Amino acid sequence: MLKIENLHASIEGKSILKGLSLNIKAGEVHAIMGPNGSGKSTLANIIAGKEEYEVTKGNIELNGEDISELAPEERAHNGVFLSFQYPVEIPGVSVTNFIKTAINENRKARGLEDMPAKEMLKMIREKSELLEIDRKFLSRSLNEGFSGGEKKRNEIFQMAMLEPKLAILDETDSGLDIDALRIVSNGVNKLRSKDNAVIVITHYQRLLEYIVPDYVHVLYGGKIVKTGDASLALELEAKGYDWIKELA
Amino acid sequence: MTDLKDKILSSYVAFENDKDTNSEIHDIRSKALQNFEELGFPTRKLEEWKYTSLNSVLKQDYSLFPNKEAAVELADVKKYFIHDIDTYKIVFVDGKYSSFLSETTHDTIDVCLMSSALAKPKYKAVIENYFNKTAKQDNLTSLNTAFACEGAYIHIPKNIEVQKPIQIIHFTTGTEAATLLQPRNLIVVDENAHVQIIERHQSLNENPVLTNAVTEIFAAKNATVDYYKIQNDKSSASLVDNTFIDQKTNSEVSVHTFSFGGNITRNNLNFYQNGEHINSILKGITIIEGKQHVDHHTLVHHIEPNCESHQDYKGIYNDRSTAVFNGKVIVEKEAQKTNAYQQNNNVLVSEKATINAKPQLEIFADDVKCSHGCTIGQLDNDALFYMQQRGIPEKEGRALLMFAFANTVLESVKIPEVKSRIAKIIANKLNVKIGFDL
Repeated sequence: MLKIENLHASIEGKSILKGLSLNIKAGEVHAIMGPNGSGKSTLANIIAGKEEYEVTKGNIELNGEDISELAPEERAHNGVFLSFQYPVEIPGVSVTNFIKTAINENRKARGLEDMPAKEMLKMIREKSELLEIDRKFLSRSLNEGFSGGEKKRNEIFQMAMLEPKLAILDETDSGLDIDALRIVSNGVNKLRSKDNAVIVITHYQRLLEYIVPDYVHVLYGGKIVKTGDASLALELEAKGYDWIKELA
Repeated sequence: MTDLKDKILSSYVAFENDKDTNSEIHDIRSKALQNFEELGFPTRKLEEWKYTSLNSVLKQDYSLFPNKEAAVELADVKKYFIHDIDTYKIVFVDGKYSSFLSETTHDTIDVCLMSSALAKPKYKAVIENYFNKTAKQDNLTSLNTAFACEGAYIHIPKNIEVQKPIQIIHFTTGTEAATLLQPRNLIVVDENAHVQIIERHQSLNENPVLTNAVTEIFAAKNATVDYYKIQNDKSSASLVDNTFIDQKTNSEVSVHTFSFGGNITRNNLNFYQNGEHINSILKGITIIEGKQHVDHHTLVHHIEPNCESHQDYKGIYNDRSTAVFNGKVIVEKEAQKTNAYQQNNNVLVSEKATINAKPQLEIFADDVKCSHGCTIGQLDNDALFYMQQRGIPEKEGRALLMFAFANTVLESVKIPEVKSRIAKIIANKLNVKIGFDL
């Protein structure tokens, strides 16, 4: 599904990714771990198409198509979803209105009519129940005054609504208490299927107890320095990252 | 080409010819004319006009008293009305009352014409009590007063809650090469009465129009007035709107000004709080482009204790458009426990657009809450990326952000049809289809 080869990228002249390769097939869950500043969020933002980053070398293919020249919305229309580490507050747009607009813009890009209001409401009800989101919450301005946990739950709610092919969860576990972590993980697991893939970016093994990965990659110094199965996350939790730094 | 001021001054005798010169109104007009003769048109040398120049619009050879009859078909102008709800209408075409387009009333309330109020004895007492009693004696207001003869006259007696909004609409047909209009409105809302008013100026072709309007609003004890100004005129039309509001104890008056169109638009909005527990609400959304210019000069004069004022002005400026926000709040020594709030947020979409923002607080009381915030910035790129990531294209994302930005003002519009009309104008202006109703 996603094929990244020898990716080099920089921001404001500072080189961050230095030859990263990653191959993800449909149905798989990949965890990306690594110390602060190793380039995890950069990778997430580059896949999503954030303009500030400059890809200097290598390519990114989604389902066989090079997406590196596509606008962020075009990547979204192709099924890329990024759950932000720090979701932006947008006062004046309610959660409901935002998700309605997003869904209908995605449909428009596929040549479909707007989703009928009744169907939309039903879907909103189902997905908000899945994430144990209160009705009142949906009429509030997007992310404005939300707690850290509410913001992350709202991200996964949007993911559930948009049903992406490739979901990237950028530190979705940060700021979550144990109940919220369970709800969010449950939401993600419900959405897993043989047709989509998930990238979980995290510092901690904790989230991976709930969302069990097929592969764990360690990113350090802009490259993947080690790949293993779920047990690698446990090893990192026990031993820290110092031994990884020596591998690089 | 004669100078516009000379032309105006020399036309006064002819104007007064058919008026009753033995009245108090005559004296008020004559005094106002003298005032204008002394002061002339405002220039940028005046502090209050530093950032707004009328030079270009004063160069036109205006017809002062448009005379040619122009037929206006309802089908052609219907779109300028709020037509999906039942309303009273006071409609003028080239400064003259159009009975055909209007729907006035004398049933309990008076929704009619200034010309008849000035002429008929039954209105004499109200005219004597209120006409020109709160309007400033400055240059352009004086000019309007000197020639005041037509406009809307609205009188809502005690305890009446008017069920239908009132629309005041001024059309210009452009049968004259250039038209000067000076409508004069008087709105008197007695104790415990409530009224909603929608006002619009609209030219129907590209010939230049200059409107110098004066509106006086008197809100008695416990009265409520909601006033909506829709400024979305052709780029050949300029407007100076002078609005003066006198409020008594426990009254609430809100004025929303939506400035999207026109060439040069100057809003002089003045609130005088003559009582306690008064609430004054001033809100505006300005979205302009090209070489448009919009100037909001607001004044809230807190004279007595325990009153509030809330100002919230949002502006979005594209291309080479220029704008001014000058928000003056005066809190007199006696006006303790005043709560005055002022917010002015601006987004410059283009690097060549300009906003001159100036909050002006003059506070002489010591136990007051006065806050003001003024921001000038660009659209938030992180928010835009967030929207794009969810599949909302850049153009729609920008539009949605601008909607969101303006929404705090739109939210407080109490007439749903006005709210959705404004939302539609904004969507057209931003050239997008918004996927939901605000």
